[in-house]
Amino acid sequence: MNSEYQSINDPNIQRRVVRSRIMGLALLLACLLVTLLLRYYDLQIKDHQRYATLSDENRVHVRAVPPTRGLIFDRNGVILAENRPSYTLSVVAERTEDLDQTLAELKQLLGLTNTELQRFEEQKDQCRRPYGGIPLRFQLTEEDVALLAVNEFRLPGIEVEVELVRHYPFGKAFAHSVGYVGRINDREQALINKDRYQGTHVIGKIGIEKQYEDLLHGSVGYEYVETDARGNVLRVLEREDATPGEDLYLSIDSRLQTRAEELLSGRRASVVALDIETGEVLALLSAPSYDANLFVTGISYSEYDRLLHDINRPLYDRALLGQYPPGSTVKPLYALAGLTTGVVTEDWSIQDYGRFQLPNQERVYRDWKREGHGKVDLRIAIEQSCDVYFYELGNMVGIDVLSEFGHLFGLGQKTGIDMPSEMSGIMPSREWKRAARGLAWYPGDTINASIGQGFSLTTPLQLAQMTANIARRGVSLRPHMVHAVNEVEVEVPGEPLVDINSEHWNIVHSAMEAVVHSIRGTASAQGRGLTFRMAGKTGTAQVVGIPQDAEYDRELLEEFKLDHALFVSFAPVEDPKIAIAVVIENGEHGSSVAAPVARELTVQWLSENPWVVSQTESSNGDRAEEKLDAI
Amino acid sequence: MQSDFLRRMPGIGSATAGHERGLFERLHIDPFLLLVLYLMVAMGVFVLYSAGESQYLINRQITYIGIGTLTMLVVAQIPPLVLQRLSWVVYFGGLLMLVIVLFAGSGVNGAQRWVDLGIIQFQPSEVIKFALPMFIASYLSQRAMPVKFKHLCWALVMIFLPVVLILYQPDLGTSILVAGSGLVVLFLAGLRWRYIVSAIVLAPLIFAGAWIFLLHEYQKQRVLTMFNPEADKLGAGWNIIQSTTAIGSGGWSGKGWMLGTQSHLDFLPESHTDFIIAVLAEEFGFRGVLFLLVGYLLLFVRGLWISYTAKNSFSRLVAGALTFTIFVYVFVNMGMVSGILPVVGVPLPLFSYGGTALVSMFVAFGVLMAISTEQETLHAK
Repeated sequence: MNSEYQSINDPNIQRRVVRSRIMGLALLLACLLVTLLLRYYDLQIKDHQRYATLSDENRVHVRAVPPTRGLIFDRNGVILAENRPSYTLSVVAERTEDLDQTLAELKQLLGLTNTELQRFEEQKDQCRRPYGGIPLRFQLTEEDVALLAVNEFRLPGIEVEVELVRHYPFGKAFAHSVGYVGRINDREQALINKDRYQGTHVIGKIGIEKQYEDLLHGSVGYEYVETDARGNVLRVLEREDATPGEDLYLSIDSRLQTRAEELLSGRRASVVALDIETGEVLALLSAPSYDANLFVTGISYSEYDRLLHDINRPLYDRALLGQYPPGSTVKPLYALAGLTTGVVTEDWSIQDYGRFQLPNQERVYRDWKREGHGKVDLRIAIEQSCDVYFYELGNMVGIDVLSEFGHLFGLGQKTGIDMPSEMSGIMPSREWKRAARGLAWYPGDTINASIGQGFSLTTPLQLAQMTANIARRGVSLRPHMVHAVNEVEVEVPGEPLVDINSEHWNIVHSAMEAVVHSIRGTASAQGRGLTFRMAGKTGTAQVVGIPQDAEYDRELLEEFKLDHALFVSFAPVEDPKIAIAVVIENGEHGSSVAAPVARELTVQWLSENPWVVSQTESSNGDRAEEKLDAI
Repeated sequence: MQSDFLRRMPGIGSATAGHERGLFERLHIDPFLLLVLYLMVAMGVFVLYSAGESQYLINRQITYIGIGTLTMLVVAQIPPLVLQRLSWVVYFGGLLMLVIVLFAGSGVNGAQRWVDLGIIQFQPSEVIKFALPMFIASYLSQRAMPVKFKHLCWALVMIFLPVVLILYQPDLGTSILVAGSGLVVLFLAGLRWRYIVSAIVLAPLIFAGAWIFLLHEYQKQRVLTMFNPEADKLGAGWNIIQSTTAIGSGGWSGKGWMLGTQSHLDFLPESHTDFIIAVLAEEFGFRGVLFLLVGYLLLFVRGLWISYTAKNSFSRLVAGALTFTIFVYVFVNMGMVSGILPVVGVPLPLFSYGGTALVSMFVAFGVLMAISTEQETLHAK
């Protein structure tokens, strides 16, 4: 203890001890200060560039400015697809306090369905930029908007946005032709250029909307926005506007289309009308149809299921995808084949007793008219649709020529219409049968083919195209839907198919005219009261497939066994403007069921367009009809 | 008590006898310290304004500066002798409040740090960080120097009590700093090197024990995050990534006052308290940081000089320990924000928003001023 007191009492020792330690402390302090200095030097001077970049990346986000989708008009400027403002509720996941909690509250508030929540989850999983809103409910009602406005403060991360949503004012009439847009699905997500579709939720799914997706979509714009750590946009630093999509003017005439819709209501049927001079599609309808607007913001499963399993198959585009035996509608074409090859002449005739047999064969091929047509030349054969005449003709011409002519006029191949999908049908030939069935061609096959039965299959569009090609006297024009892009007209050059003697054309046209205007013509009822001359051909196709499903009642199934009714026509005969093909499933009679539809549409089209006036003045239809009847 | 007696004897104190007393000396004010102090605080208010963008915060902070200045001036008038005698009161008072805070405190982030005295709320840990070194200095200055083992043990107990209490708040960072503020007195008092060396050897073992038994999960996480901040970008690592980005993006000259994007766009956490240095570094650049460090350096040099020239052991130990404690706060804060130390949640002295820390800092400077003007006071008598 003594020494201790001594040391206490000695201020010099104390001072020396503490002072030396203070020096040590000063040294330590200096070292640590230098450490700090070096650290801040590293961050601020040496690695400044890296951190400056990081800082910019932090605050500057690129937001896509989606383009406005191009509008779709009909040939008269009637709007077929427009963009309507619609309120959409979306959720920015990063900004919610608790996403599950927020969803639960919204579910209670708005009565969200599981479908909506499921769709939200799917969208959430898809690749997207941070701080992007994920749509939860579309087309909010005013009540919804009000509810959300009241509760917005306690649900951070929810946003009500005004979005332009595609709307189809006609609903059903253009569902198959114009098509519709819908949510981009996983498969499409993989195919599209993701940059182009930033901020866009929809893509053309079918029809024109799909075919012209590139034009309609436009190009995306960008916005560089400064955001805070919670993703709130504070200001726009730079903006590159989006370029709206191109407006499309379809060649379709909405009045013709809606008239066709009326005429086909309650039927499973299809109509295709083509402008003969340009190849433009004037009407393209498949019935029954569905409301295209259902698909725009996502159709409910039950609704989709209902459409999918409807026995009338409303989703099925009969005009382009439906394949039917052309039946007698191909007879004018085969008549041309016969004339061109010289196998038959205008005056060559047969005696029809209602039956035909190949030499040395048992099988009897019957005419639709049991007792036969008597003496039949080419004109009568077309006018009255004599089967036996064409059995003979086909047998003499042979399948190779029939097939060649069929192909020349567009059968058995895609027409090349500007639509995303069409079927090619079948124009049977030896090669086709060998390839498709692995069988040799039998003479009987030719007999079936010569009246458009057997293996022959055509789409309504092909029938219309074939008819237009006949009306144009062998010049082919690719059928097309778009009349003008942004008011710049689209022109398709004509392509001569085959050199056929003009006399032969006159014979066939005149025979087709007789179908409508002669008293014995199969569609003679349609010729009455017409102010112009119309050429046509009826057809009846035997049903190939019948729905095999126990849930449909027998009475309905009986209906499905009935023949399909077909009719093709063009008018006016002297200066053809419009070609029409009508297919009415299980309609039984081409003349009484399908032909009136074509007549009505032709009348409407010709009366609506000015050049018809001169037609009416120059010829007196009724008198001409009487003259024909007298022959 | 004998030493006090000796010190009061005329003629034994050396140096400035007969020196003409200026105004500052009569008011017990160290003009150099005061000038640097106010430069720093003023700069702090500017940075805080930018960080907080709130007049309310600025008004509060200026009020604290006012209170702090008054307290500093009052403390500066107290002779170190009286401080030495009263140090146990402050120490045990602080301990008591640490106990109270554990049972009746309020706080943020699950840690109880605040005690509510009705009119004012304050953090006892901010008081104890200066009360502890003063109490130990008071104890050791009356014992033998260099420190004997027995006294070392007692001193360690004095350190241990508040440290454990703070650790239980839980506030790991402050408890370590408080321990440091006590241990530095031992060092200054001439703790033998063999103790120091064995402490350095034992430290990893103690650390391992603490890791297993004492540290909370979030504290472990903070330490781990320090080593790999990229691992958890939105969680624990977010703060460090954002603060280093803020500092680094400042460059040499900074983005300009009120123009720091990291802080103004809310990327920077706690920008008005613990992370305020990042705001300064972002807006004023490396120039600003240099300016700040020079300011602190001047304070430390002055503090150590006061310690070096102090007339008795208590004053030397207290001045040295206080200076070191302030420095450690600066180092730990700037280190953690720049990512070389774990985020332990200590404020930047004189800059961070917060009443208790600021006022206690002024008190510390008051004590330094009291010590720096002690000699003159004595010998002018």
